[in-house]
Amino acid sequence: MAVDDQTVREIAELAHLKIDEGKLSETKEEFNKILAWVEQLNEVNTENIEPLSSVHETALICRPDEVTDGNLKEAVLQNAPATEFGYFTVPKVVE
Amino acid sequence: MTDLTNLTLTEALDGLSQKKFSAVELTKAYIAKMEANRKLNAYVLETPEKALEIAQTADKNYQNGTNRALEGIPLGIKDLFCTKGIRTTACSRIIDNFVPPYESTVTQKLLDAGASFLGKLNLDEFAMGGSNETSHFGAVINPWSKQTPLVAGGSSGGSAAAVAAKMCAAATGTDTGGSIRQPAAFCGITGIKPTYGRCSRYGIVAFASSLDQAGPMGKNVRDCAKLLTVMSGFDKKDSTSANRAVPDFEKVLGLGVKGLKIGIPAEYRPDGLNQEISKAWDNAAQILKENGAEIVPISLPHTKYALPVYYIIAPAEASSNLARYDGVRYGERVEGEHLNDLYVNTRTAGFGKEVKRRIMIGTYVLSAGYYDAYYLKAQKVRRLIKQDFEESFKKCDLILTPTSPVEAFPIGDKTMQENPINMYLNDVFTVSVNLAGLPALSLPAGLSANELPLGMQLIGRAFDEETIFKAAQTLEENIGFKGI
Repeated sequence: MAVDDQTVREIAELAHLKIDEGKLSETKEEFNKILAWVEQLNEVNTENIEPLSSVHETALICRPDEVTDGNLKEAVLQNAPATEFGYFTVPKVVE
Repeated sequence: MTDLTNLTLTEALDGLSQKKFSAVELTKAYIAKMEANRKLNAYVLETPEKALEIAQTADKNYQNGTNRALEGIPLGIKDLFCTKGIRTTACSRIIDNFVPPYESTVTQKLLDAGASFLGKLNLDEFAMGGSNETSHFGAVINPWSKQTPLVAGGSSGGSAAAVAAKMCAAATGTDTGGSIRQPAAFCGITGIKPTYGRCSRYGIVAFASSLDQAGPMGKNVRDCAKLLTVMSGFDKKDSTSANRAVPDFEKVLGLGVKGLKIGIPAEYRPDGLNQEISKAWDNAAQILKENGAEIVPISLPHTKYALPVYYIIAPAEASSNLARYDGVRYGERVEGEHLNDLYVNTRTAGFGKEVKRRIMIGTYVLSAGYYDAYYLKAQKVRRLIKQDFEESFKKCDLILTPTSPVEAFPIGDKTMQENPINMYLNDVFTVSVNLAGLPALSLPAGLSANELPLGMQLIGRAFDEETIFKAAQTLEENIGFKGI
């Protein structure tokens, strides 16, 4: 399955990345090379094989829902690019 | 006094206990090496003052007899581990100003054992790469380079180079597809990726969560065993952490390989495998045999599919993990008129080429309409790869293979640069292990004709690092590899 220019634009949009129109065909070619290479998996018969998402096949461990810390507002905000009144700030979203 | 940086971590601990030298003296010796070797670009941040502060405490503890397992040992930390109050960047522009307000579990365990950190070590951006060339801070130079600067391997290239050039007593690494073992092989040091779940992933910048594991990189097998004992253990902060007892890995060293069955997989010797690597492999098998092990031929039939599986699963997980870098809560921000522009501008400017490539691939294979054809298919083949190992471990106790099909190559190598797949192929002997969640160690097995280190890999059953360490020790003693 080779992708076309439009698909590359759509994937970039989904990934929140911008691709210069000038770089589009280069990106597409590279993308198609990788896709063609991974498609060798189609040679493998996987009928009746369950997908493996993690080697940990037992259920994930749950821990009690306890408060273990708190009052860390400063620590939480210390790396923020922009804050105001103890909040993260972003450009206006709602008109 | 002889150069203290020539001592192994274990020898340094002995010297400290016997008060032959102080932790401050040891730390100063490593700081001098770190500064003298800056041209290698192994460290992206040096923290000598913090290391010296800890060394002073260590010296007091030796005086009082309250010294702990790694008291006063200066380590280097891959810049993927969050270190409280110390900048952590994953070698990406997008978080190049991030100072974590918390400590990763693995580094906390090392600090609790009395170790100090000399600084943060270079890596491929977000650990995505096999040569350390995708780092925002530039490539690491392999200390074995002669005229042409060679890569240190990746992604833990800074860790491997720093250990080889004695810029730290040992280092931490992480391994998603070979990122501890391949640079260890390229730089002539020892490193182990433990079983998935052995070391907590809490506080390690995530790349592909079902594959990532932390592990030690050191001057020899014993140093790695000692470090892994400290780094391992259940952590409730990581839901995939294994709740099982951690053995003292050092205890098995010296027990030998008598009676062990060593599997040699036919698929790891493709036509055209480098002759020197092939010879080093035969030599390692011969050593194990002479020491009482039995060599058994095995087959891992799905080996050739491991890389394509990896290059679907790892980017898929990465595209999800890296969605958090949006310029809102931490890291770089590139403003935009609307919130969406801010996200796009930030991510476009903040991520490097290889990272963007993988995010795009991952986004595609997870998108509606392609999920089954790529992602689900890869997960099914992943199971077959795991089953190959399970079958093989009915016939053998360990698997012996080369670590990499190549030795260290020049920085900026044309073949590697012109097609990303050429770079991906370097991981052909290491990725299967991550897909199956198994432990594997790389140790130096000799030098090539170009006088560059070649690595040998030992793969074990899940949670059986001890058998790996036993055999690795036998190989190390008999190979007698000399570092730089």
